[in-house]
Amino acid sequence: MGKSRPMLLREVEYARPQTVEEAIRLLSEHDGARALAGGQTLVNVMKARAASPDVLVDLQDLAELRGVTETGQGGLEIGSMTTYAQLITDEAAGARTILGEVAAMIADVQVRNRGTIGGNVCSNDPTNHLPPLLVAMNARFTIVGTGGERTVPADEFFLGVYMTAAGPGELLTKITIPAGGQDGFAAVTIGKDGTGIVTAAASLNGGARVALGCVAATPVRATEMEQRIGGDFSDDNVRSAAEGLGAMLDPPSDVHASSEYRKHLAEVLAVRAVLQAKARR
Amino acid sequence: MEPVTSKRISVTVNGEEIEYDVDARRLLVHFLRDDLDLTGTHVGCDTGNCGACSIFYDGVLAKSCMLLAIQADGARIETIESLSGNGELTPLQQAFSDHHALQCGYCTPGMLMSAKYLLEQNPSPSEDEIRKAIQGNICRCTGYVNIVEAIKAVAE
Repeated sequence: MGKSRPMLLREVEYARPQTVEEAIRLLSEHDGARALAGGQTLVNVMKARAASPDVLVDLQDLAELRGVTETGQGGLEIGSMTTYAQLITDEAAGARTILGEVAAMIADVQVRNRGTIGGNVCSNDPTNHLPPLLVAMNARFTIVGTGGERTVPADEFFLGVYMTAAGPGELLTKITIPAGGQDGFAAVTIGKDGTGIVTAAASLNGGARVALGCVAATPVRATEMEQRIGGDFSDDNVRSAAEGLGAMLDPPSDVHASSEYRKHLAEVLAVRAVLQAKARR
Repeated sequence: MEPVTSKRISVTVNGEEIEYDVDARRLLVHFLRDDLDLTGTHVGCDTGNCGACSIFYDGVLAKSCMLLAIQADGARIETIESLSGNGELTPLQQAFSDHHALQCGYCTPGMLMSAKYLLEQNPSPSEDEIRKAIQGNICRCTGYVNIVEAIKAVAE
C-alpha cells in the first residue's frame, strides 16, 4: 500500500454508519469511540495527539442530521451536521440572520465548507463562537443515546473545556432555537475572523439574555446585567447595566490579552451585542 | 458494519476512477501526494491553517490535511493538476503569471484552488470578497497584493 508512509495519526479504527441508530451503537459499544463530523477540529487534535480516539464514527452519510427547518416566528431546528456554509446560505437559516453572520466569522472558506454546528458546540473550545451565541439564543440540544432521546437547555449543555452534556456513547442530533429574532454578537479576535479573545452574544425576547465567550471554561451568562436591563433597552440603561460585569469574571491571561483587559472587553462587547440586537428589526 | 483499520476506497480524482487500499489514519493529502503522486497539492503547515493543501471535494473547496483518505470513499476530488490537464495554462493561472502573483510559489496551488472556487461561486467579486475568499490561504512571502490583482484580472 503506497511507498513512503508519512503518518501523523495514531492507528485508529473507522466506521461509516448509515443510520443514527447504528452510529449510537458504534459510539456506545466501543470505548474511546468519537463521532467524526466535519473533522475541522478533531483531525487536527488527532495530529497533535491531544486526542487519540480508538474508533472514529464518521457521520457523513446521516442525511437526517443535515439541514435547517423553520418552526415559526424565527424558531429553528438545526441538524447537528449542518455546516457553517449552510448556515450562511440556507434560506431557512435566514430566519435568524445572526447565525449566518457569526458562521461567516469562523476561520475561512475551506473550514466553513466542512465544519459543522454540532462539531463546534461539542468540541466546546472556550474560544468557539457558537457556544455563547446559542446560550444567548436559549437553544435546546437534543442528545440521543442507547437509552433514548433527551433535550438539554443551553445553560446545562456546556460543562467544561471540551466537555458537554453529550457524553460517551451519545450523539447530538439537533439544536432547537426558540422563536425570536433580535440577536447580536460582538467579538474581539486575533486577526480578522480569527480566534476569539472575548466574545459576547445577546438575544432579546421580552428580556435580554447575554452570554460571554472566552472568559471561562464555558459560556458565562451575564445574569446580573440581564436583570438590570429588564425590559429597558435604552442605550444608557444597557451601558449602566454592564458596569461591574467585568469584576464578576475571572478570565485567563495569555499572550493575547491580560485578564484585566478581558474583563474590560467583556463589558464593552456585552453592551455592543445588546445594542446590536436591539437595532435588528 | 464494524470498524476497520483499513479499507479499499473508490474515489474519482481529476476525472479518473481510482481504487486504493488506505489506512484509516491516512490523511487525504498524503494519499494524494504519496500514493497517487499528485504532488501539486502541498503540505504547508499540517495544522489546517495555511491552505496549501486546498482541493475541491465533491465540488466544494476543502483542506485535504483535515480529511482522511478513508472518508473520501465515493467522493469526487479535483486537485491543482486538474487545472491545466492539456498543458495550457488556464486564464487564472496565466493571470497569476502575468501579475507576478507568486514569489516562492509554495502557496500557489492552494491560492489557485481558492480563487477558482471563488470565481465559480461569484464571477464578479469585489476586492473585499477576493480577500475574504483567500483568507484560508497563507502566503508567507506576503505577496497578497499581486495575488488579489491576478484574481481581479480574471473576474468579470
